[in-house]
Amino acid sequence: MLLFLTRRLASGVVLIFAAATLTFLLMSLSGGNPARNILGEGATEAQVAAKAAELGLDRPVWERYGDWLAGALHGDFGRSWFTGEPVMTTIATRLPVSLSLVSVAILVTAVLAIVLGMAAAVRRGWIDRFVQIFAVIGFALPNFWVALVLVTVFAVTLRLLPATGYTPIATDPGKWAVGLVLPVIALAIGTIASTAQQVRGATIDILERDFVRTLRARGVRPSSLLFRHVLRNAAGPALTVLSLQFIGLLSGAIVIEKVFALPGLGSMAVTATTQGDLPQILAIVVVMVLLVVVVNLIIDILAGWLNPKARVA
Amino acid sequence: MTTMIVAAGVKPRRGGPLRRMLRDPMAVVSITVFLLIVLLCVAAPLLTSWDPTRAELAAVLAPPSAEHWLGADSAGRDIFSRLLYGGRTSLLGALVTLLVALGIGIPTGLIAGYYQRWFDSIGSWSANLLMSMPSLIVLLAVISVVGPQMYLVMAVFGVLLSPGVFRLTRSGVIAVRKELFIDAAKVSGVNDARIIGRHVLGVVQAPLVIQASMMAGLAVVIQAGLDFLGVGDSTTPSWGQMLNEAFQNIYAAPMMLIWPGVMIGLTVGALSLFGAALRDAVQDAQPARTRRGDGGVTLPPQVEAAPGAVRPDLGEALLTVAGLKIGYAAAGGGTTVVVDGVDLRIRRGEVHGVVGESGSGKTQTALAILGLLPRGGEVRSGTIGFDGADLATLGRAARGALLGGRIGYIPQEPMSNLDPTFTVGFQLVEPIRRHLGLSRAAARTRALELLDRVGIVDPRRTFGAYPHEISGGMAQRVLIAGAVSCDPELLIADEPTTALDVSVQAEVLDLLRSLQQERAMGVMLVTHNFGVVADLCDRVTVMQHGRVVEHGSVEEIFESPAHPYTRMLLDSTLEDAPPRGPLVTPEVRS
Repeated sequence: MLLFLTRRLASGVVLIFAAATLTFLLMSLSGGNPARNILGEGATEAQVAAKAAELGLDRPVWERYGDWLAGALHGDFGRSWFTGEPVMTTIATRLPVSLSLVSVAILVTAVLAIVLGMAAAVRRGWIDRFVQIFAVIGFALPNFWVALVLVTVFAVTLRLLPATGYTPIATDPGKWAVGLVLPVIALAIGTIASTAQQVRGATIDILERDFVRTLRARGVRPSSLLFRHVLRNAAGPALTVLSLQFIGLLSGAIVIEKVFALPGLGSMAVTATTQGDLPQILAIVVVMVLLVVVVNLIIDILAGWLNPKARVA
Repeated sequence: MTTMIVAAGVKPRRGGPLRRMLRDPMAVVSITVFLLIVLLCVAAPLLTSWDPTRAELAAVLAPPSAEHWLGADSAGRDIFSRLLYGGRTSLLGALVTLLVALGIGIPTGLIAGYYQRWFDSIGSWSANLLMSMPSLIVLLAVISVVGPQMYLVMAVFGVLLSPGVFRLTRSGVIAVRKELFIDAAKVSGVNDARIIGRHVLGVVQAPLVIQASMMAGLAVVIQAGLDFLGVGDSTTPSWGQMLNEAFQNIYAAPMMLIWPGVMIGLTVGALSLFGAALRDAVQDAQPARTRRGDGGVTLPPQVEAAPGAVRPDLGEALLTVAGLKIGYAAAGGGTTVVVDGVDLRIRRGEVHGVVGESGSGKTQTALAILGLLPRGGEVRSGTIGFDGADLATLGRAARGALLGGRIGYIPQEPMSNLDPTFTVGFQLVEPIRRHLGLSRAAARTRALELLDRVGIVDPRRTFGAYPHEISGGMAQRVLIAGAVSCDPELLIADEPTTALDVSVQAEVLDLLRSLQQERAMGVMLVTHNFGVVADLCDRVTVMQHGRVVEHGSVEEIFESPAHPYTRMLLDSTLEDAPPRGPLVTPEVRS
């Protein structure tokens, strides 16, 4: 198990490094002129050249990459090209917001998808049909559209829940939770739908295995059969799906943060994009891939704990 | 040569999944809806005379009218016109994404799957890398450098989606490669490119279309998302931009949300339903899962006497099966009958062999007695009595208490019959505690004794081991220990030695014999092997095509078999025909 985790950790580090390098090169070599973007069309060539020199853009790519990497290893992602603030400071204030949104969403997804998917697989009938239809609808409706509809209905029309804003959990846990209700529903509804569908498939597959019949023949209670044996065996495929869904949730959060005006990494990324603020974007990419690696590691540990065979892989 | 093997290895192409799908109403509706949307967008100039970008001050936030069918937005632009022209952006963007994803994924997948080695390692690793990147942030990074160039951005999204295509193609190729016909084609001198072109693409075609329909849906959503975020091209109308517009006016004109949402939902929904329909069609096209009883006859649906309606004398015997008929719902509403009118009586302490070839219905009979027929199978008529009680009349709880307690079951395939996620000990202790009401410690002691009794050398180690850590022979001993753990009166053993090595078979038979004598259990021994019958049984029932053809004592059957089928079975056993391995009996699985 230890060897397995070490290997996973090592591949995670390589992944972060590769993603960072890839993004850096992509952004540096794709031909745009960041200095021109920042100054706008009205700036003179001399102004643009001066700006490029100020940002270090006149130096060779490899040199810039080396500097950036050396800084990044110490947690220093440089300064924003616009505000001049250290990128890390901005990330530190915004990460908790995105993390709240995404982690609550993945937990809600895990619980609801397992309940719905297993119920559909075991009971069939109406709940099964519901899960199937839900899966299509959840895939077809973009999460930000769902968010807009939720805002219109619950915040604008009924005035039940806040339409915008974020309260840190340390300030007021109650307000924190209330503020997250609509964003989490909007963000998670699609992932719940597709994950439930996958859990359903995995459960049906497990229910048809020989050992389930043998356990039944030994008189193991249906509740134990389902919640111990079937659930544990279905957990492997379900966790794999969840780790992919988490990556999707990070993408989704960017749009959802805009709808609900949550001051997270997503809205930071959108602003940085329109401004062409490369250091900020780069840092956000690295942080997000880091999150993916951490979550994958947690999921690997869970999977290994649930299924002894997975520890060897 | 090649053609012959291909004919045997590949399903006939006629009536393939794509054609079959056109008979599915869901598929037809989804394709129609999608084509309709495409048509509306293409024919936009014919359907509306409004320029989607023309702002008209007088029409700001105008409600639907004869002039503006769906009203106008906050800049006074016609919503209907923007909806149609906006669809072009979404659909073209999705097309770009698709072409790039397929253009990268298919060739790399083909090469990685076909040649494997270093190219495969690099490809798979890159696929993992790309799949770990949250796509929207990558697209934002691209836009931050190149600006709002929609088609370029959608092409990058295609790169991000290409791992899905790569993996699908690669695994398809690997699966095909393993099949015989590629080797055969190689031998006959067909070059590599033609092998790939002809065989491999044919196999991965349907899964790729499914994948493509999903990717197109994702592309439509992500494109709308970018425009909604306001990082897209603001000069061309799009559904995402319309949603952004609606968002800005959410208090003033919330209804503006509806139309772009509906269009996105319909487009993506139609694509995903199309994919689902195709998937169903592909699954249907696969050979129907072999149920035990290939020889079953399909009968038209008919009203059957309810199980238990006829009450024969359940008598003194431990197990009485009378007139048992088992049917499976067949495609098209009929019933496939796999067991028809089987009678069986097993006395206390008697070892009763049930013999027959694959598909004779013997395993189905055993599963029906346990009440564990696979999904779709059901007892259509007849009774099963255990110790004087009709099993059909017992409640679920009473029947559950019987299983594992008074009736034990030994399955055939040892490794697949243990739960891989729990230790051997856990799986043994659980039923013991339920049926005998023992404490955890007492149940553990009993399980350890049982493991010792069935001949496991180090019971403690096996108790704590996971199923993948023990051998097949040991697993079968564990299953036997589990079956007898609560001192059952009836033991149902379904081909208990078929899946084992020949050397282990004799030991397991010895173990069964000694356990039976020590506990005076009645045993129903399902087998195809008359050698096993001669070794263990008192009485025999011979089955063929779901019916009993003969029954009697072992001596009677061996000395004067009355039925020609019995004689045939006996001859093949006694002439020392090579033993049939587990793979030869398709009946084993299902």
